[in-house]
Amino acid sequence: MNWLPTTQDLIAAMVKILVMVGFLFNVAGFLTWVDRRLSSMIQDRVGPNRAGFKLGPINLRIAGLLHTAADGVKFFTKQDFMPPKADKLLFSLAPMLAMIPVIALAAVIPMGDTVAIGDIKRVICVENGVAIARANELGQCAKGVATTVWPAAMRSGLNANKGVIDLAVSPLNVGLLYVFALAGQGIVGAAIAGVSSDNKFSLMGALRAASQMVSYEVTMGLTLIGAMMIYGSMRLEDMVRWQGENCWGIFVQPLGFVLFFVAAVAESKRIPFDLPEAESELVSGYFTEYSGMKFGMFYFAEYMEVVTSSMLLVTIFLGGWQLPFLHRDGLTLAFGDEILFAQKLPHIWVVIFGVGAFFGKTLAVCIFQAFVRWSLPRFRYDQLMKLGWRKLLPLSLANILATGVIWLALDKLGPTFQPTIKLGYDITQAIVAVLINVGLLWLVIGFFKPVKHARFIVGSSAEQADKRGGTVATPMQA
Amino acid sequence: MIATYAPMFLMLAVAALVAGAFFVGATFLGGKLKVTPEKMKPFECGSESSGGNHLKLSVKFYLTAILFVVFDIEAVFIYPWAVQFKSLGWTGLLSMFGFIAVLVVGLVYCWKKGALEWES
Repeated sequence: MNWLPTTQDLIAAMVKILVMVGFLFNVAGFLTWVDRRLSSMIQDRVGPNRAGFKLGPINLRIAGLLHTAADGVKFFTKQDFMPPKADKLLFSLAPMLAMIPVIALAAVIPMGDTVAIGDIKRVICVENGVAIARANELGQCAKGVATTVWPAAMRSGLNANKGVIDLAVSPLNVGLLYVFALAGQGIVGAAIAGVSSDNKFSLMGALRAASQMVSYEVTMGLTLIGAMMIYGSMRLEDMVRWQGENCWGIFVQPLGFVLFFVAAVAESKRIPFDLPEAESELVSGYFTEYSGMKFGMFYFAEYMEVVTSSMLLVTIFLGGWQLPFLHRDGLTLAFGDEILFAQKLPHIWVVIFGVGAFFGKTLAVCIFQAFVRWSLPRFRYDQLMKLGWRKLLPLSLANILATGVIWLALDKLGPTFQPTIKLGYDITQAIVAVLINVGLLWLVIGFFKPVKHARFIVGSSAEQADKRGGTVATPMQA
Repeated sequence: MIATYAPMFLMLAVAALVAGAFFVGATFLGGKLKVTPEKMKPFECGSESSGGNHLKLSVKFYLTAILFVVFDIEAVFIYPWAVQFKSLGWTGLLSMFGFIAVLVVGLVYCWKKGALEWES
């Protein structure tokens, strides 16, 4: 019965699922806060900071972070409304259909390098500072002193064939196809919600949502073909490995990155593309008639979609768990064949750094998406469709052809040209390393720098105007 | 085989469980619905609803759906080629040129026929 998963496999899978779902929910909740707080920063106001609890004399507010929790409680205690003429089954099913695929999509995304738990630590026998033998199973030595070491992994491939755990919930060989299959299901939830709620605005919102998501899904599918051609695989782990050995996808597929980012924002129906729920036109689109937590489920699914699309973007274009110059066996700073610095690191530390890097990058992309949301105005519907079908679609087709021609031409130049390409890859790694360090430094400085408050004298406007030499006369003069 | 796919189904089950928990919570924890005639009407920004609740829809949405089916199926045909691209070399690329040329002709035809027009 060795084709059945063992208990250990199932426990490992359960732990990975808990980590992934926990990350999704927490970051989605955090993002609702980021959205409101960041919008207040961008619009130069204070933003939400009321929710809090009293701990003795101290009023804990944590910069309004508790608003998310308060929202959850409020959502759950609201009246559960269903329009009298709605289709009861479909109306109840829709919020669940919106939420399930977004969570399930995270199953194939690798959050870190493969862990070889069989070889995380090793007991060796040391005599006079020289290792002479491996200890027996009980960790005892016939000669010398038993010492525990944390061995470094090999540069490529695993150095253990037992106790191997992939840090993706399910490393499917059809990886990207599974992603597309589930990303496509998001349309169903939106469409069913609109059709079943017996409201004109909901129906219009659902139609807009369906036709917008369908249009950008074509672009999404076609842009990733360029990346697949270069990585030569559909498995997301293989893509990340390629990026670790060569260079990050954003440098070999710059156009693909931009197109995929636009398509991903459009798929999650957020502000430059939020026509399905345009407040000023359609109340709130396909979920107008939903109340309480059923509305909350749509709202939450939208934020989780931002997180999963950021994870995909990180995995395919921003090197997944890879950090520049950090390989499986440790830190190797090299340009071409010239090694400037090499430091072996224990396998487990490399994996931990990798997982941290993946989640850190995901958070950074999520916050960047929030920036985009609060910086751009909404499209008109015809502009949206024009962008999708007449610009992004031809561009993504051109991307496939350009990638093919350039790759084969570089390949044709033969082995004499390979070192130059390798050097180019290493230079991109160096650029990324510098950018990451500058970014982190900027964050730390920004965090500790005292806030400078701008002071304006607020007084009688007439008095102020008088000081500045009067006003230009208008009919509405105060 | 089963060992690879079992975690995927487990994830789907967890997703369904979480969504179900949210749904059950929303249904049973919430306050009781107080029925008022105003509340039970379809909400249309507060003005009285006029006409039926099902609209006559623009045929453009239908066209978009058809175009989606066409182009997405084409994309699925390109995937296997993309994975094998490096081993197929120039021959493979030239064949794909042919395939994409047909696709582009289709796109240009749609464009000229006005299937991508949303302004009017």
